[in-house]
Amino acid sequence: MTVILIFISICIAGVIAIPFLSPKLKGIVTLFAIVMNSAISGYFAFLSLTGHEVCLSLQGSYITGDIPVRIDALSGWFILIVNFVFISGGWYGMFYMNAYRYHREKISLHAISFLLLHTSLVTLLSVQNSLVFLIAWEIMMFSAFICVIFDHEKESTLKAGINYLIQSHISVVFLVTGFLWVAFKTGSYDFQSITTFSLSQKGTGALFLFILFFIGFAIKAGFVPFHTWLPYAHPAAPAHISGIMSGILIKCGIYGILRMLLVIKADFTSIGYMILIFSVISGLYGVMLAIIQHDLKKLLAYHSVENIGIIGIGIGIGCIGIGTGNHIIATLGFAGALLHTLNHALFKSLLFYTAGMVYQATHTLNIEHLGGLIKKMPKTAILFTVAAIAISGIPPFNGFISEFIIYTGLYQSLQDASLGSLTVILFTILGLVLIGGLALLCFTKAVGIVFLGNPRKEFDHDIKEGPVAQFIPLYAITVLMLFIGVFPGIFTNLLKEPIALFTGIPAASVSSFHGQIPEALQPVSRAMLAFLAIIAVVYLIRKRAMHKPTVSMDATWECGYGAPTPKLQYTASSFVRAYSKLNKPTLMYSRKEKEVIGIFPKDGHFESHAYDKLEKWLVDKPIFAIRSFMKRFHFLQNGSLQSYILYGVIFIIAVIFIPLLVEKISSFIEFLKHL
Amino acid sequence: MLSFILILLAAFFFTGVINRTKSILSGRKGPGIFQPVKDVLRLFKKGAVYSKTTSFIFQIAPTIYFSSVVMAMLVVPFGQSKGIISFNGDFIFFAYALALGKFFSIIAALDTGSSFEGMGASREALYSMFAEPAFFILLGSLALLTGKTSFHEIFADFHLGSSISYALAVLSAFVLGMITMIENSRMPIDDPKTHLELTMVHEVMILDNSGFDLGLILSAGLLKFSIYGALIVNLFIGIFPYQYTIPMFFAIQILAAVIIGTIESFMARFRMSHNAQFIFALTSVSLLIFFGVLMVLGKFI
Repeated sequence: MTVILIFISICIAGVIAIPFLSPKLKGIVTLFAIVMNSAISGYFAFLSLTGHEVCLSLQGSYITGDIPVRIDALSGWFILIVNFVFISGGWYGMFYMNAYRYHREKISLHAISFLLLHTSLVTLLSVQNSLVFLIAWEIMMFSAFICVIFDHEKESTLKAGINYLIQSHISVVFLVTGFLWVAFKTGSYDFQSITTFSLSQKGTGALFLFILFFIGFAIKAGFVPFHTWLPYAHPAAPAHISGIMSGILIKCGIYGILRMLLVIKADFTSIGYMILIFSVISGLYGVMLAIIQHDLKKLLAYHSVENIGIIGIGIGIGCIGIGTGNHIIATLGFAGALLHTLNHALFKSLLFYTAGMVYQATHTLNIEHLGGLIKKMPKTAILFTVAAIAISGIPPFNGFISEFIIYTGLYQSLQDASLGSLTVILFTILGLVLIGGLALLCFTKAVGIVFLGNPRKEFDHDIKEGPVAQFIPLYAITVLMLFIGVFPGIFTNLLKEPIALFTGIPAASVSSFHGQIPEALQPVSRAMLAFLAIIAVVYLIRKRAMHKPTVSMDATWECGYGAPTPKLQYTASSFVRAYSKLNKPTLMYSRKEKEVIGIFPKDGHFESHAYDKLEKWLVDKPIFAIRSFMKRFHFLQNGSLQSYILYGVIFIIAVIFIPLLVEKISSFIEFLKHL
Repeated sequence: MLSFILILLAAFFFTGVINRTKSILSGRKGPGIFQPVKDVLRLFKKGAVYSKTTSFIFQIAPTIYFSSVVMAMLVVPFGQSKGIISFNGDFIFFAYALALGKFFSIIAALDTGSSFEGMGASREALYSMFAEPAFFILLGSLALLTGKTSFHEIFADFHLGSSISYALAVLSAFVLGMITMIENSRMPIDDPKTHLELTMVHEVMILDNSGFDLGLILSAGLLKFSIYGALIVNLFIGIFPYQYTIPMFFAIQILAAVIIGTIESFMARFRMSHNAQFIFALTSVSLLIFFGVLMVLGKFI
């Protein structure tokens, strides 16, 4: 009880203090408050992961009823991820915001909303009362909105922010409908009442309730086709906010889906297949669009859609496992999903932070304008490359481990499946493999074009690395990534409790399959070590061998042509041209070109923009239709005060007279009937 | 351990046999079958020229590429004897370890800032992406058939099925063979002997490599051939005792090399724009194997 009070009062104290401090102190105080709150919530989260579920009941008001604060293992896992990313993001953000230190009010607002974002996130992960959950959800969304529109002078930023706000509220509509439905039927806002409700409903009712929640949370998580807000909001925000949004905020959607799986008792097999299909489409569509982006942050944002897809595949297999009563598959699926949640939070935040470094140094994120940054920013380049390898799911980093677990789950579930489910699983494997291959294509492009080769554009200013202290959280993330990659057993051990929640078998009773994941990963861990050892040995041999002979430097081979300009380099678009030609039916390109004609050509130009086909059909077209319908009533809004007063008068008259009229008519009908 | 030694031995002559076949079929005398190995050894002793555009990525990439191939080699079993590293799902590790090498060779090509090498890198990334589904579905079908999920167990159990499993083995050998050609940048995907940078895939990516690094890349290429050859061999040897399987191993490897040489002598490379479709069509052959497995298991009815 007192702990919760302390938790909230730290946040409130921070919010009150921040406006009165100097810009530097604002950052420090925000970070300090977040560290304090993380320590408190992290302690309970860790307890819950070791098997001691924390359960407090907060006396609520007349409306909400008692508020249960239950930090079970699932909340614990997510709280730890939130805390880690927030501390690293806050640290990084302090330096990132240094460039804006003269905008005091903006920084105050930003710091306050950053702090509120953390508090509301931890709150919504730990309360199990739907009304309080929704309030925390709203606070989270608004504070995230304010964080995103930090650069609100730019029209595009504001537009992206509002787009995010609107779409998030569409998700709230679904959630409110779901929660109110349950509350209306059972009279309680406690999450446990959802369980009793779903049990009473049997079959379709429970399934429908789950679909309602799934759509609500899927908008937040960014499953295709609900992903359209994501590629706008992430690039518009400052780098640390993009990292946190992509790393954590969209994971709230995942948390919500997982929580609903725990409380709703429905037909898990069909839910599993539904999630699986959504996820494979999200994964493929996300990466397919990511490849053709020119904006580095937008590219990363589409990759979030892809990774949500991978997490979803894990959840889908887990559900199928529960539905068919196969605990090994259930364990593998949920373990893969939960571990990938952590992994994605790590490498995606690292990618966004390094992209932020690039932006700070060059003031552009257009891939086609960059190049050769590795020579001026070696640390950033290495960190970006590491994160790129990890996100492509390549050993020896963490991305491989979670994908490996999901693959194992998929191959396991092939064994005793019927023909229909076999086909679904087979295409899921196909999808996952293609996602991996496409991610490789996309990230070789990102690393190769942005950091390697020659600079494609001359900048007027110096390009240099950020301050050393800014790199500390980035190194911490990298170390953690390698650590998960090489010693995954430690982390999968922590996952025992959360998984036990889903499979319904207590983790304490070590049954045959519980030890399976850590044991199964033992040889993987050894293989990873062997891999690193081989690389080291070959490197040392090479170093020795290269010691003696002469090594010289010269120009790149260009078929004997000695004076190539940087413009001759392969560009990002040309690198993926073969791919985009193949995928023409699914992608959308708008291009403007003026061809070079004649012997003495004057000028020519070429411009191409990628657009989201689903967005066009599902968002733009309907909105356009609504707009053109609404335009018919445009004459009403003519701007003259007199007519507005007239509308008011008409309205008042109508309000008074229509009931009277209705009464008269009904009495007249009565009269007629009597005749 | 046995597989490791055998693959290493096969690597010594595999590429040489291909070259020899090609030279005989075109009426030349040709170099000896150990010439590729001698080339590599000579390169190991040479100095190097690096492009001024490149960074350290370009220098470590060949090391990582070679290591990834060695790592993949450790996973491959031989008949009843396990690979040095063997665990459930090791074929996933096999494919992803090779992907690390590919990742580095692609970004190293982009590091040179040459448009030719960028072109090669782009093609390599695309082709390897399309080749992977075939491999995973093939292994998935075999895993479904045998109920096991590691290379060693899959291959050890594979032959125990009915005679239809040998039919499946032939199809699988075809898929694996085609993947070999793609992975090693051979006909009909890529022509290693072409003289024009514009039409190369793999060769153009390593234009700027020299000395020890080039030696590493070439020896990784030699190893890759025999690794995939060993996988093909594994489809057939099953429980036979070693006195039969070891000669069989070399016989099949040489046969594969001769076939590759023959194909390369009588065939032209596909048009670049048709490659992707061709590679993706392999996936459908894999699917055919999958349905074959379903029939064997009687899941169709």
